[in-house]
Amino acid sequence: MNRETVLELAHISKHFGKLIANDDISLTLGKGELLALLGENGAGKTTLMNVLFGHYTADGGQVSAFGEILPPGKPRAAIEAGIGMVHQHFTLAGNLTVLDNVMIGTERLGLLRSGRKQAAAKLRGLSERFGLQVEPYAFVADLSVGEKQRVEILKALYRDARILILDEPTAVLTQIEAEQLFQTLRGMTDTGLSVIFISHKLAEVMAASDRVVILRGGRTVAEKRTSDTNRAELAELMVGRRVVRPVRTDQAPGRNILSAGKVDIVEDGRKLLDGIDFTVRAGEILGIIGVSGNGQAALGQLTCGLRGADTGTLVYDGNQANGFSPRMLVTSGTGRIPEDRNTEGAIAEMAIWENAVLERIHEKRFSAYGFVNRARCRDYATELIDRFDIRGAAPDTRTGLLSGGNMQKMILGRNLAASPKLIIANQPTRGLDEGAIAAVHAELLAARKDGAAILLISEDLDEVLALSDTIQAIFKGRLSAPLSAEDADSRTVGLMMAGIWETSHAA
Amino acid sequence: MEALDIFATASLWSAVLRIATPLIFGTLGALICERAGVLNLGIEGIMTLGAMVAWMTVYQGGNLWMGLLVAALCGGLFGLLHALLTVPLGLSQHVTGLGITLFASSLTYYVYRLSLPVTSSPPTIEPFQPLAIPGLSDIPFFGEAFFTQTAPTYLALFAVLLTAYLLARTPLGLAIRMTGENPHAVEAQGLNPVRIRIGAIVAGSALMALGGAFLTTATFNSFFPTMVQGRGWVCIALVVFASWRPGKALLGALLFALFDAYQLRLQHVIESAIPYQLFLMVPYVLSIVALVVMSRRAKVPQALMAPYRKGER
Ligand SMILES: Nc1ncnc2c1ncn2[C@@H]1O[C@H](COP(=O)(O)OP(=O)(O)O)[C@@H](O)[C@H]1O
Ligand SMILES: [Mg+2]
Repeated sequence: MNRETVLELAHISKHFGKLIANDDISLTLGKGELLALLGENGAGKTTLMNVLFGHYTADGGQVSAFGEILPPGKPRAAIEAGIGMVHQHFTLAGNLTVLDNVMIGTERLGLLRSGRKQAAAKLRGLSERFGLQVEPYAFVADLSVGEKQRVEILKALYRDARILILDEPTAVLTQIEAEQLFQTLRGMTDTGLSVIFISHKLAEVMAASDRVVILRGGRTVAEKRTSDTNRAELAELMVGRRVVRPVRTDQAPGRNILSAGKVDIVEDGRKLLDGIDFTVRAGEILGIIGVSGNGQAALGQLTCGLRGADTGTLVYDGNQANGFSPRMLVTSGTGRIPEDRNTEGAIAEMAIWENAVLERIHEKRFSAYGFVNRARCRDYATELIDRFDIRGAAPDTRTGLLSGGNMQKMILGRNLAASPKLIIANQPTRGLDEGAIAAVHAELLAARKDGAAILLISEDLDEVLALSDTIQAIFKGRLSAPLSAEDADSRTVGLMMAGIWETSHAA
Repeated sequence: MEALDIFATASLWSAVLRIATPLIFGTLGALICERAGVLNLGIEGIMTLGAMVAWMTVYQGGNLWMGLLVAALCGGLFGLLHALLTVPLGLSQHVTGLGITLFASSLTYYVYRLSLPVTSSPPTIEPFQPLAIPGLSDIPFFGEAFFTQTAPTYLALFAVLLTAYLLARTPLGLAIRMTGENPHAVEAQGLNPVRIRIGAIVAGSALMALGGAFLTTATFNSFFPTMVQGRGWVCIALVVFASWRPGKALLGALLFALFDAYQLRLQHVIESAIPYQLFLMVPYVLSIVALVVMSRRAKVPQALMAPYRKGER
């Protein structure tokens, strides 16, 4: 099938300081085509789309839409040429209404009165036509993530976009919402719109796209018709080598280490956690799966000792309380891997050795009489670097200079070195590439083998299925009944993530 | 006269509007800047500058309206300085604002001293006279209380309406509000948030200067260096009190002015050994209380004080 070309990127290059984010990338998009741009984190996908839309000015190369060359660095020109972009991080104002967010920039600034009525009518018409339900006068802050995304798409359609670009649109959606999104997109391409969607998820690329362009390290490494390729090939092209994730082996769990009974956490009258129950045993991984924003943050804070339960109790190795202090957790052998490694896991401005001993600086070997024994601290950091294969690091390296994967290995190492009996791992591989994910998984499985109880909180379905002995889904602050690994498949767990668990199985 | 009878005097309410006028201008000015995402702590200095410049223009022979116009222009100029430092250069808004206040105040005193010989009593001008609104000013009590004000007071009330309409109903107002919430969203829709911010700061600063100018062209008839007396800071607090809404800003300014007018009169009524400074404190203490009560529900512009740089994550 030969399509008319609507968009062409020719020899785009873009660097940030010494880093080359895009290196001579060319691609074309046909009318009515659904093109996937596939690549790992940091491959340069977002950068390329930002160049295309005029947020960035490229070092070289040019963009043309419908045969016209776009002036670089001018989003207005891209919009007028019929390009619409849904950014990876939404560009919405929560304190304003849907209509405000859609109308911004569509009217001349000199007008004495904006035509809000007509705009609302046009918006309603579009929502109806494309099946994107939203209320024009609702405040954006009150919308769910899925609805916010609809607003973003409507913003583009409202301005008569003929080419729609979506940057990692499914990152924040549940499985079901994602399927609906692709249906909507398919409906759009059927009417002659052209769509580029960015992703690093193989399954959805295989399921939804007509064609795939694979980006790695800032270059295009391949371009495939989706019907002519398969998942394994795409995986290898994307990563550049074969990465094998470690496999969990069966093992019998030991005694109860941490359990929660009917725990509520309430904030401003809203239940962040709503009567949750769980138990993690020694040598067992309990996977809590869910789309982020469903109470994981509160669960992480609860189990890491940052806040207590408002009602209900925790039992940690026989001790019952409504919460434990961070100090108590550390001294009794708990490893904590926080959700956000940059703000909670490590202090970017400090050296690696300082971050390495942070939690245990009070131990005799690291400090005495109020003085830090730097030599011992540095030795300890060196030990971690060697044992956990932290690349690009010396004890005195500023921690912020590490890549995400290596920073995560440092945090992991600091927690695992002391053979903890409980590990709280909150989104341990978020934002990491395949190689680093495999390394983190291997470490967690090794800790499990040594008898640690692991509470894994994650939004990555593959990760939870691969690592967990038992799975519970979290949805709107509630936990499903536990599902054992043998009974779990992606369909069942996907439904559980959407809060449909009462019907999917009997606990 | 009893303490409560004060409320029944028309002169109290007339004073409330008069005292509120500079606060209304200043608060609107600060509000416009903040709605676009920039805190303008230059306000205290810009008001001082406006007060002097307006007075000087009239003293040198210009008419009163010319005085206001020149004050607004000078305020806008200092606003532009603040804008260039905080928006394209992205410097700290706190530090820049305080710097502008110190700079504008000192420059004001300097120019004043330079152009006039030192005298024991400051020279005076002929200020704005109260303007009775035909018809309305004849209503008993209310006429005297609300409809016999100077022209700039009516202008301030009109400015409230205008600002409210501009922000809520025009494309420009939406662009300003959106810039204060998420400048990246503005850029993504093809507008230039840097220009919008600069424009808002210049306009806001011009309003602040009008607030200062009112002091010398209507409240008093001379200029003296300490005359602004922290009114700029009160305006900054009133913006928060008002949850960044022009209508509530008017309410806040009136409320503060009421406390102030009342305490002035109370000083004469209550004869006791209490030093009058205690009464001076009253409006500020009550403002803090009101701020605590009101601002808990405030919707802060999400990008307030966050510098915007294109192409940065
Ligand atoms: N504004 C920026 N400043 C500096 N470096 C950046 C910026 N944007 C992206 N990068 C770097 O460029 C590379 C590509 O990033 P990006 O395009 O966001 O990748 P992707 O979207 O494929 O995950 C990464 O190494 C990233 O750290
Ligand atoms: Mg990206």
